[in-house]
Amino acid sequence: MKRYTAQIALIVALAVSLGISCASDSIDAYYLDIALNVGINIILAVSLNLVNGHTGQFSLGHAAFMAVGAYGASIFTLEASQKLIPLLGGPGTFATGTAFFIALVIGGLCAAICGWLVGMPSLRLRGDYLAIVTLGFNEIVRVILQNTSGDGPFGGPLGLKGIPSHTTFFWVFAFAAVCVYVVASMVNSTYGRGFLAVRDDEVAAGSMGINTVRYKVTAFVTGSFFAGLAGGLYAHLRTTISPAGFDFLKSFDVVVIVILGGMGSTAGVIAAAILLTVLNEFLRDFEQYRMIVFSLLLIIMMIVRPQGLLPSLPFFTRKKSA
Amino acid sequence: MEQFLQQLLNGLFQGSIYALIALGYTMVYGVLRFINFAHGDVFMLGAFTAYGLHKLLAGTLAAMPWPVSLIIILVASMALCAALGIVIELLAYRPLRNRPRLNVLITAIGVSLFIEYTGQLAFGATQRPFPELIPPIQVVSAGGLSVSMTHVIVLGTTLLLLFGLRMIVMKTKMGLAMRALSLNPTASTLMGVNNSVVISFTFGLGSALAAAGGILYASLYPSIEPFMGIQPGLKAFVAAVLGGIGNIPGAALGGLIIGITETLVKGYGQSIGIPSGYSEGVAFVILILILVFKPSGLLGKVEREKV
Repeated sequence: MKRYTAQIALIVALAVSLGISCASDSIDAYYLDIALNVGINIILAVSLNLVNGHTGQFSLGHAAFMAVGAYGASIFTLEASQKLIPLLGGPGTFATGTAFFIALVIGGLCAAICGWLVGMPSLRLRGDYLAIVTLGFNEIVRVILQNTSGDGPFGGPLGLKGIPSHTTFFWVFAFAAVCVYVVASMVNSTYGRGFLAVRDDEVAAGSMGINTVRYKVTAFVTGSFFAGLAGGLYAHLRTTISPAGFDFLKSFDVVVIVILGGMGSTAGVIAAAILLTVLNEFLRDFEQYRMIVFSLLLIIMMIVRPQGLLPSLPFFTRKKSA
Repeated sequence: MEQFLQQLLNGLFQGSIYALIALGYTMVYGVLRFINFAHGDVFMLGAFTAYGLHKLLAGTLAAMPWPVSLIIILVASMALCAALGIVIELLAYRPLRNRPRLNVLITAIGVSLFIEYTGQLAFGATQRPFPELIPPIQVVSAGGLSVSMTHVIVLGTTLLLLFGLRMIVMKTKMGLAMRALSLNPTASTLMGVNNSVVISFTFGLGSALAAAGGILYASLYPSIEPFMGIQPGLKAFVAAVLGGIGNIPGAALGGLIIGITETLVKGYGQSIGIPSGYSEGVAFVILILILVFKPSGLLGKVEREKV
């Protein structure tokens, strides 16, 4: 029984999110929106944590992969769904849902391919280069999207409008559960020891026969895939997306969540995602101070408590054995 | 042909500013082995300090000939920013000495954003016109070429500062200590070098150069805002990597290459199908290419990580 705990937890989480989703009409729209944002931020933060926390690299461009996923999924929905839905048996919950699922996965795959292209050259070197390359990639994605023609599929600087609002509680939390499950089982497997080894000491890991580049690229591509999924969910929640919405500050928000939650602690990162999303909602009036406070928090955290706000929980993290 | 020469010259002026900023990245990397993300923001503060000083001392400066007032503003801003750089190192980076490099990197990003957003709160997000420190005199305007006094000053100041830096690093005791620390921090301590003092000095020197770069940049493109340091800062970092990070002549060379390439793409890209909006991305394409083909940079030495 014990060896299936994670799988059972996943199934329970999927069932609960489906259950709540069916009852979501009775939830106040404002709170539902916050809940969906929390879910998307959990996906973003947990997937970034695989790269920044478990594998000890430092990506600063999570929003770029989110953008790739958001545009990929939205363009698929806008251009291809109309043709696909009749093939799946006409416009019904099943057909729309399947088409949406395919759109999200396509968005995720686009992001994963970009992740591979960006990660391959930069991950052969040490961590600091990835930070700069991903930061640059974030800018490049924004610049390219802004320079596309307004009539083309990318919509130019104004972005895309009229994306169908497909994102529901079920989709967000089902994918959040899958993301947590995938990351946790990757890290807690025999194979996954490699990620932690790369984080703890790259040279030592390499001399133990671990292909460090391959582990880093695997983590980075997986992280990018889930960022792309989150982007697709975000696009179908907001129904409009623009290049400016996926700037460096969006990436930075995710980085702050991961650092406050504790790099390498999945449970801590989930808690931080919930806390910060809700906090941001209440601090909307203090927008101009938000970044000052966040950046100061980051500096203080690194000096005083680099392991994150929460004490390390046994939940989701393998116990440190001697 | 004249147009090409003009573009080349423009690239040279632009590149010399990138070189000034790149030196700061490279020196800090040399002694501490980390990327000081906040360096581009010190560049921004340099321009703002000059702006503030010009306002504050307007009466006194107006009575002087412009080269004197320019030198006063340049030197005073460099000194103030050097002090600021030392304070940043003392408060944010020193407590993290001997911690994992990742933590220092994250702190550096925090410092960078802190400066930018505090700047936005203090100065406002709108663009401000930068005062005319150098009068608009055309020095050369013949045969389709035009070089203004600003351009001459930019290039002259850069060359002067590069020469001064080379003197400090190669001929002074402090420079010797910097090179020793960069080679091996433990051994340099054993030889009686006070590493903390040397690191502070390096930060001060790098920040002074960034401030000079900021003032020259603002003289070329006379409009300043709190986020103006991000793009030049990133490009200068690429320049430092291109030249071989940790290598001082390499940073200068890298800066010039980036500046010239960027200007040429801006000028001629359209004819080969690259819209000018993409010229901002040129530096990052170069960065990716270096990381793939020659990660140690043009002049850098291959450094093996030892256990």
